Amino acid sequence: MIDNEIKSDTGWSIVFLAWIIATVATLGSLFFSEVMGFVPCTLCWYQRIFMYPLVLVFLVGMISFDKSVLKYATPMVGFGLFFSIYHNLLHYGIIPESAVPCSQGVPCSTKYINYFDFITIPMLSLIAFSLIAILLFILQRRFSK
Amino acid sequence: MKKQKLVIFSTIGLILLFLVGGYIYKDQQFAKAAAEINSHSSSLVREYSPKKGNENAKVVLVEFFDPACGTCAQFHPFVDDIMQKNEGKIKLVMRYAPFHNGARAVVKILDAAKKQGRFWQTLDVVFKTQSLWKTGMTAHSEKLWKYLPQAGLDIDRLVKDLKDPKIDKHIDQDLADVKTLGVHQTPEFFVNGKPLKKFGYKELENLINSEL
Repeated sequence: MIDNEIKSDTGWSIVFLAWIIATVATLGSLFFSEVMGFVPCTLCWYQRIFMYPLVLVFLVGMISFDKSVLKYATPMVGFGLFFSIYHNLLHYGIIPESAVPCSQGVPCSTKYINYFDFITIPMLSLIAFSLIAILLFILQRRFSK
Repeated sequence: MKKQKLVIFSTIGLILLFLVGGYIYKDQQFAKAAAEINSHSSSLVREYSPKKGNENAKVVLVEFFDPACGTCAQFHPFVDDIMQKNEGKIKLVMRYAPFHNGARAVVKILDAAKKQGRFWQTLDVVFKTQSLWKTGMTAHSEKLWKYLPQAGLDIDRLVKDLKDPKIDKHIDQDLADVKTLGVHQTPEFFVNGKPLKKFGYKELENLINSEL
């Protein structure tokens, strides 16, 4: 019984951490577009589509904590991770610019911010999705134990 | 209960951080922009820029506009209204900022219409018919031509005037000033050199009134 409670407590903390990351990523991306006035490119929108709902999914997952949060979050994190990896490959020129699916407005290879030659907006997105994916993986291992 | 509190406080904390950070950032940007404009005040008005109203008016309202911009078209009657309400007190200066695809060709027509003294009439027609020659984010100036006679333009003369290389120079100068002044969106207004802190009808009216 006690063992179970501890287990669910750490589980809850993992979801909480994932929720914090998703919320920071969401507010951060809104800060870039709404406050700083950077126009999001198409690929950024796809990543936003998969990041924003995670805030609510994890929030509900924390209120009534159970295994199902994994089931709902994993596909979103998976797709988000896919788009952010693709976006980073474009951004760093590994996939040529002509393959960019954005036809109008901002090309997805535009670099808005670049700190220390490493931290760009797509990189921040990749870090956020990766961290959440790792947390979900740990959570899954805990549940299956 | 501890968990609930943690979630609630984190939510409030993060949102507050967002709002306060946003406020500080905007404030800093605004101060920076104002300083930039002060040091480049000659970029605000050029001698060729179309002007309307009292030459020595107390308030100089500079508008950077794109003929293909929907908000510019919406603001147009509103600016006219303010001009009428404060007759003789405001000088309106129009600057070109053709950001949309194909908008440059429309600006050329407007600049050429100036030679016939019909810039303002043409601008009225351009904005009124905007939805008829613009699709999506692209301006199709060739579709605009059939509405131009409504502005009382001599079309043959317009075609000739369009060949003047000065027109391109005017647009290039305006676009250079757009960069210098940090204009990113249209319409962008400057009231006696002061930008709008927040965009909107009411905000523009208030800023003008504070300068009157």
